[in-house]
Amino acid sequence: MSTPPCAVVGVGQTHHKSRRLDVSFGGLVREAVFRALEDAHMTLADIDAVVLGKAPDLFEGVMKPELYLSDALGAVGKPMFRVHTAGSVGGTTAIVAASHVQVGKHRTVLAVAFEKQSEGNAQFALGSGKGASLGAGGAFAPFIRAYIQRSGAPEHIGWKVAVKDRLNALKNPYAHLKIEDISIEKVKASPMMWEPTRFLESCPSSDGACAVVITDEAGGLSAAADGRPPAWILGSSSRSEPPSFPGRDPVRPAAALLCAADVYAEAGITDPRRQIDTAELYVPFSWLEPIWLEAFGLAEEGEGWKLVDDGVTELGGSLPVNASGGVLSSNPIGASGLLRFAEAANQVRGAAGEHQVDGAKVAIGMAYGANNQYFSTWAVGASLHPFD
Amino acid sequence: MDTALNDSGTHDVAVIGWAQTAMVRHTDKSETQLLMEVITDAVSPLGLTRADIDFTCLGSCDYITGQAFSFVSNLDAIGAWPPKRDSHVEMDGAWALYEAWLRLQEGDIEIAVVTGSGRSSTGDPALIYPMEMDPYFLAPLGADPLTFAALQARAVIAAGIADERSMAEIAVRSRGRGQVDQLLTEEYVREPLRRHDVPPITDGAAAMVLATGSRARELVERPAYIAGFDHRTECHNPSFRALDDSPSTRIAAAAAGLGSAPVEVAELQAAFTHEELLLRSVLELDEDVAVNPSGGALRANPIMATGLCRVGYAADHIFGGGKRALAHSTSGPCLQQNLICILEGRS
Repeated sequence: MSTPPCAVVGVGQTHHKSRRLDVSFGGLVREAVFRALEDAHMTLADIDAVVLGKAPDLFEGVMKPELYLSDALGAVGKPMFRVHTAGSVGGTTAIVAASHVQVGKHRTVLAVAFEKQSEGNAQFALGSGKGASLGAGGAFAPFIRAYIQRSGAPEHIGWKVAVKDRLNALKNPYAHLKIEDISIEKVKASPMMWEPTRFLESCPSSDGACAVVITDEAGGLSAAADGRPPAWILGSSSRSEPPSFPGRDPVRPAAALLCAADVYAEAGITDPRRQIDTAELYVPFSWLEPIWLEAFGLAEEGEGWKLVDDGVTELGGSLPVNASGGVLSSNPIGASGLLRFAEAANQVRGAAGEHQVDGAKVAIGMAYGANNQYFSTWAVGASLHPFD
Repeated sequence: MDTALNDSGTHDVAVIGWAQTAMVRHTDKSETQLLMEVITDAVSPLGLTRADIDFTCLGSCDYITGQAFSFVSNLDAIGAWPPKRDSHVEMDGAWALYEAWLRLQEGDIEIAVVTGSGRSSTGDPALIYPMEMDPYFLAPLGADPLTFAALQARAVIAAGIADERSMAEIAVRSRGRGQVDQLLTEEYVREPLRRHDVPPITDGAAAMVLATGSRARELVERPAYIAGFDHRTECHNPSFRALDDSPSTRIAAAAAGLGSAPVEVAELQAAFTHEELLLRSVLELDEDVAVNPSGGALRANPIMATGLCRVGYAADHIFGGGKRALAHSTSGPCLQQNLICILEGRS
């Protein structure tokens, strides 16, 4: 690693729901922040800087909400930084927060991300604020069809992912969707939204927030000495590519491949499939799971669907993916990326509760945004040198 | 890779070049087109191409552009192919610079480009800016930027930091036109602000190139090293703040090391005349410090690039042989959030 170590010592999230009418924007972020601070055995006074991420301000109709949220986030007199990199923003928020610590600018930084989608019309904003928007599902369906055509994957793969993530969500007290009777039959019977994506293969629209406390090596070591295992950040990267041009491959995006390569090189991961114990991948529509398994080197090209088919990515499998229930179960868009990063951290901290992956020592959290263009990923470990 | 570390154990980072578009009342060019030309203008004189850029961070605002995800198409302008290490802040380009400054100090990459861009002409500030206020208690009031600025101007005048004459003098100095006595006879726009106290609406973009220590010295004779950099926020609601003070500016300046040596130039993002007087007083700048020799935000105010331009002009002072310069940027009502960047030349 090129920079001094830093660690996640606190993680918090809200209960995610379609409408959190019980809280203001400030109340929503504070719910996540105070859970993270409690987890870190800290107060707001221990926080040196705040990094806030969320997707377009048009989702809620509040422009640059970091201004209004400065008070709620205890940032008065401190640096307050605002990131926005489309759907990947939650992940990038964590990476930017870690950067503050890695270069010694601040000791302890709070990364916060939220979306309160019920305040506005997300589908409208996802279409760049234009009418007749197809939304994200319509944008991704052609990529999914291309993946199926290329890989020859059978149609039940998408249904299996949808069932798996919803079963995992039943073990996550914060998850939005709790579909007790989820089954392949139920997914199959749900309405077709954007061929081949059915209603139950799609993410919900959620109100929710996530917060992560990142601190320096000394802070990580002292948490560990206190019996509160930290998640050490082993490697991270954000990569982007342009919207559209001949030769761009949105099914296997070059930005995703490079992002994975950056993270694995920094973390010393040479065989991702064996060295990574669990992954939190940004899967808002079921078929994105095999697509990202391949782009992030967890499966050979064209083989990702076989891992799904063989149950490898189930909670009891050898590479559980989205043990938390993932984006398919909770999707406050701006926070969804940070939730992936936070859930990955909790897995290696042994703090994932009922959806804990047994013996997880190394995990990745991944987020993406726009039309498969923005990728953010980090690898976290239960120790700084998990492969020694 | 640049392996040389400075005294604090990180990599020195310097501004090595920048460019801005023509600053105009309205352009029909898209933000992507503006960035396309301004990035080329920043990079080419250094003998670099887009392929040499290791990291990009763009600063822009969806609400100014009037479209969600407006920055996504700007990836075309940075030439993110092969895909770049990249980020975007919903803040002025000066904060994009801050992120790039942190990122370069990690030491694994050498060159970054940051931008700020905005086309304010396409919207009505009086309709847009109320939306950046607390959505429950302040946004519904619909108070526009002029109203908040006038409230602060009254506080600054009451505190004896400014008067209408000194404000008019700043307007004349910044724009290089007008006559103080004549300006003071004009009607108020919002008392105590007159037309000359208020910034223009400007479309434009700026791009800046950064490099780590040894690479910076290879590329230019006199890099403008970032000697200190900090930003702070304060309570959002202006009625809970002492508007004749700017504590966040004071904290940021101290953290950026302003007190350790005098600066010759200060480029302040003071969109309203009284803001320059307030900031000057809070920063305790000596009489001989040249404030906003560029004309500042009163001459051109390309929102989301205005702060980055301040850093650019401060860098120009260093490129021209200057020793130390300060740049300031701000965001939010009544200077809620403030950033201080100190640049220096080294022999």
